[in-house]
Amino acid sequence: MVTHTNKNSLLQDAPPTRAENTDEKTVSMPIGVPGYTLRDEQREVPITEPPVWPINKDLKYVGKPYERLDGHAKVTGRARYTADVQLPGMLYAAFVNATLPHAKVVSVDTSAAERYPGVKGVHVIQHMLGGAVLRDPSLEQANYPVVRYAGQPIAAVAATTPYAAEDAAALVKVRYQPMEFVVDLDKARAANAPLVFPGPADQAGTAGGGGGPHNVPQTGNVHGPSIRKVGDVEQGFRSAEIVVEGHYTTQVQTHSALETHGVVADWKPDMLTVWASTQGTASVREELAGFFNIPMSQVRVITEFMGGGFGAKFGAGNAGVVAAALSKKTGAPVRLMLDRKEEHLSVGNRPSSDQMLRIGANNDGTISAIHLVSYGTAGCGTGAGCSGPATNLYKYAAIRTEDNDVFTNAGPGSAMRAPGHPPGDFALEQTIDELAVKLNQDPIAFRDVIDEHPVRKVERQIVRESDLWKSRNPMAGADRGPVKRGVGLAQSVWYRFVSMDSSAEVRIHKDGSLEVLSAVQDIGSGIRTVMAQILAEQFGVPPEQIAVRIGDTNYPVGPDSGGSVTTLSLTPAVRDAAWQASQKFLAEIGPAFGADAADLELVDGQVRSKSGKMQPVSFKRAAAKMKTEQIAVQSKRIPDYDRSKYLTYGGVDVAEVKVDTELGRVHVTRVLSVHDCGRPMNPSQVISQINGGIIQGISYTLFENRLLDPNYGLMVNPNLEQYKITGSRETPDIQVQLVEAYIGQSSTDASGIGEAAGIVSIGAAIGNAVYNALGVRIRQTPMTPAVVLAALNRPAQGGDLI
Amino acid sequence: MSDPTKPNDPLLREHGRKGITRRGFLKGAGLTAAGTALLEGVQAFNSEAATSTNSEVTELGPGPVPVRLHVNGKEHAVSIEPRTTLAEALRIHLGMTGTKIICDRGACSGCTVWLDKVPVNSCMMLAVDAIGHEVTTIEGLSTESEPHPLQAAFVKHDAMQCGFCTPGMVMSCAALLEKNPHPSEHDVRHAIAGNLCRCGTYPRVFSATLEAAGNMRRA
Repeated sequence: MVTHTNKNSLLQDAPPTRAENTDEKTVSMPIGVPGYTLRDEQREVPITEPPVWPINKDLKYVGKPYERLDGHAKVTGRARYTADVQLPGMLYAAFVNATLPHAKVVSVDTSAAERYPGVKGVHVIQHMLGGAVLRDPSLEQANYPVVRYAGQPIAAVAATTPYAAEDAAALVKVRYQPMEFVVDLDKARAANAPLVFPGPADQAGTAGGGGGPHNVPQTGNVHGPSIRKVGDVEQGFRSAEIVVEGHYTTQVQTHSALETHGVVADWKPDMLTVWASTQGTASVREELAGFFNIPMSQVRVITEFMGGGFGAKFGAGNAGVVAAALSKKTGAPVRLMLDRKEEHLSVGNRPSSDQMLRIGANNDGTISAIHLVSYGTAGCGTGAGCSGPATNLYKYAAIRTEDNDVFTNAGPGSAMRAPGHPPGDFALEQTIDELAVKLNQDPIAFRDVIDEHPVRKVERQIVRESDLWKSRNPMAGADRGPVKRGVGLAQSVWYRFVSMDSSAEVRIHKDGSLEVLSAVQDIGSGIRTVMAQILAEQFGVPPEQIAVRIGDTNYPVGPDSGGSVTTLSLTPAVRDAAWQASQKFLAEIGPAFGADAADLELVDGQVRSKSGKMQPVSFKRAAAKMKTEQIAVQSKRIPDYDRSKYLTYGGVDVAEVKVDTELGRVHVTRVLSVHDCGRPMNPSQVISQINGGIIQGISYTLFENRLLDPNYGLMVNPNLEQYKITGSRETPDIQVQLVEAYIGQSSTDASGIGEAAGIVSIGAAIGNAVYNALGVRIRQTPMTPAVVLAALNRPAQGGDLI
Repeated sequence: MSDPTKPNDPLLREHGRKGITRRGFLKGAGLTAAGTALLEGVQAFNSEAATSTNSEVTELGPGPVPVRLHVNGKEHAVSIEPRTTLAEALRIHLGMTGTKIICDRGACSGCTVWLDKVPVNSCMMLAVDAIGHEVTTIEGLSTESEPHPLQAAFVKHDAMQCGFCTPGMVMSCAALLEKNPHPSEHDVRHAIAGNLCRCGTYPRVFSATLEAAGNMRRA
C-alpha cells in the first residue's frame, strides 16, 4: 500500500489491465449522487460479471442498515478475541523491555528467570522487527539489537501463570552500555545531535501504509527530503496576488486499540497455529513463514474477533515471532499479549509534524502555487510525510512538497488511520480558510472554485443548506461573552486502493443452507455482516441465515484491512462467487423442474420461471434437487472496471465549538459530517465508522499527546488516564449525512470509509471553527487550554469578515 | 522482586527490574486481611490458609489459596494466588472472558462487573475481596434464551464496532437502568464517563440505552 499518495502514483500502483482476450460486455451503470447528479455511464466488463445492481433504494438487503451479525456475540461477551483464547497447557509470556532510550545491550542473564518456579522457557530477541533498518548493517557491530527507545523488547519469559511470567521477567538481568539519546524533534534535527542510527536507515511500509520513502538522502537524524513537484512553484508565487503562509505543528498520537497487540501461538511439528489480534491474517502468516523459514501452507492464522487496530496491527511483529519461538522451545501453546504500557511504547504511533505551508492564490480564487516543507518524527521509524492533502485535494498550477522524517529515540511509528492526512489536512484546510478570509470569500464558495471533485461539490451543497452552517456568524470573534461560539468546515480526501488478494468462496448445500468463506478479518467495520447481505441479495434469504466464516487463513485469501480497502476489495469477489454459484445452482436443478436454467431466477428465496412456465419453488425445496451435496464457487477480485476515474473520495466535516476564553477549553458541541463511500453496503455500519472517525479526530485535535521526558527519554503517560482519549462527556452531537455516490467500478461499487471518515478533516474543521469563534487561529494540536490561552494573549486579530 | 524502598532509577546500568508493579508489591508483601467476609469465605472452604487462629490477622499466600466466589448466581470454588484481581480470576480461573482487561488500572472500565449490583472495576479489586459478595458479569446479564433488553438495543442501534469495550459499556449502562429507569442522555453520558471506546461508538450507546430504558418501562 502506498502512503505517499498522489494521483500519478495511484495510477502506477493500479493493478495490471485485464487480459485483452477476455470476453467483455457493455453494461450501463448508475453513476453519481441520487437526487443530484445521478446518470448512466457505459462500462466494458468481463462477460462473467453479474448483472448491474440498481441504486440502493431498489435493493432488498444490500444498502440497508442490517444489524451486525455478530452483535449478540459482542454484547453478551461470547465473542472470543485473541486475548480470550485459552488452550490446554497454554503458557503465559511476558516481555522484558529496555529501560533506557538508547543503549547497546552488553549481556542478558536469564539464569535466575529460568530457575523461577513455573517458568518453562526464556527467549532473548536476536532480530528486532519494526522501525527503520540500516542500509548498511555493518555500520553497527552488536551482539544484540541496539536499543533505540525505552520499552523496546529484549527478551520474553513463558511460564505457567501470568504472575510467574511477570515475576521471572523482572529477574532477567540486562547489562547496558548507555548511549546519548534524543527524543525531541527540534533537538534531533540540530547539528551535533546524538544519532539514532549511525547511517542511513529506511522503514518498509505495511498493508496499512506507513513506512516511508527509500532512496532519499539522510543528514544526521534527518531522513529526507522526499520531494515531489509539479509546475514552477517560484513562478507561481511571483504571479500570486495573495500569499498565505503558516507554521503548523501536530503531536504524536498512539493507536491505543483497546485490545493490545498479541498472539496465542501453538507450534506443532507440521503446523504453526496462531490466534492473532491483527488487521491482516495473511500478513501474519507471511511474516511468520518468512521469519522461521517454514512453508506458508504450514502456518494457520485465526482472528475470530479483533479489538481494534487503526493501522498498527499488521504482520506478526515481535510479539508474534517471540510467542512462536517460545512455543517451539517449550512444546506448549504460548499467549503473549502486550500490556497497556507496551502498547503505547513499542507497536506504532502516528508521527508528529512540523509544517511550513505556503499557498499563493489569485483574486479569482485559483491557486497558483503550494509549497509544503514538513518535518516529523516517527521515532526510530519513518513515515511522517503529510503532503497527501496538499497534493490531492485541490487543483493548482504548481506544487512542491518536501517531506522529512526526523529520527528520535522513541518507538517506531506505523500506519495510523489515514497516514499523514490528519496533520496534512490540519495545515492545508486552515490555510485554505485563511485564504478565503484574505480574499473576502465564503469558505464554501472558495472551495467550489478550487475543488474539482464532483461528489464533494454535492457535499458542500448539503453543508450550505444545513441548519448548522446557516447558523454560522461569518464575522469571526463576534461573540461578546467569555464563551465564544464558532462554526468551521474542512474537507477530506482518501484514495481508492484495491487489494487483489481478495477472494471468497460461496457454498450452497443440498439442504438450502448457504456459506461464504474468506480469510478476511472483521476489525469492527462489519465486513462479516456485509458479506451475508450480499448473499442475501443474491439468494433472497435473510442475512442472519447465511453462515459467514472469516478470520482464518484456511479460507480463501482475504485483504489486509488497512487503507480502507476491505469492503471495496472483497465485496465484488463475494458477489461474483454468489452470482456464479447461483447460476450453477439453477443449471443443476433446472432439469428436475423441466425448466431451462436461462428461464429461472432466484427472487425472495424462491426459484421462479421468468416465462411463468413453472410454479415458484422455495430455494430450499429446489436445493434438494441438487445432484451433489454442495455447489462451491471461489472468486477473486478483478480490477476496477474503469481505472481512469474516481480515484479519490472524501467528505466535508463541519464543527461547532464553544471556546471558553477564560479557561482555554475548546468544547466541540455539534458536528455535521457529510461523506461518501461509493455504494454504502450497510449504512448503519458506515455511520458508526464516521462517528468513530469524528470522535477519534476530536481526541487527536484536543486531547491526546504522547509525552516523552527529555531528560530520561521515557514516556510519562503510558496509560489511559494521563493519555487522554475522548470519552462520553466530550462527545458532541454528531449528525452524519451519508451520500450515495455511484462510480461504476465493480459489481458492488463499494468504496471504503475508515480513513475518509472524519479523522482526516475534523481537526481542521475545529481549527476553522475556533478561528470563527475567536478571530485567532490555532495552528497546533492538541489544542489544550494552555495552547488556547497562549494564542489568546497574542494581539487581537478579531473582526475579520469571512 | 523489586525492592519497594529503593527508587526505580531508569539510568541504572545493570537493571532487570520492571519497577514496582501492583501485583509484585502485593506478592512481596504477602496479603494480610482481617475482613470478616474474607475469613468466612476461606474458612467455609476449610482452608489451611485460614487456620491462623492465635492472631487477629490472617495471612494468605503468596501461594494459591482455595476460595469460593459467587458469580452469576452460582458458587465457584477456585484456587488463586491472593494477588489475583477479580478480573483475572473471572477470565483465567473461571473462563469468563466476556469481562475484558484493557488498561488494568481502573482507567477504562472495560472490566466492569457488578458487586452486589454496584458496578466496579474488576481489575482494581482483588478476587478475595469479592468473597461473600454476589458478582454479576456480562455472561450473567442475560439468559441463554433471552438477552437483556439493553443488549438487544445495543445490537439494534449498532452500539459497537470492534466490540472490545462493549461488555463494560453494557454493564455500566445496565447498572444505570437498575438505579434510574428514567435516564436522560446526560445521565447516560455520566454513567459511562469512565468507559473508554476507541472506535468512537458513544453516540449509539446513548441512543441504545435511552431506547432500552423506554422499552423496560413499558414492559
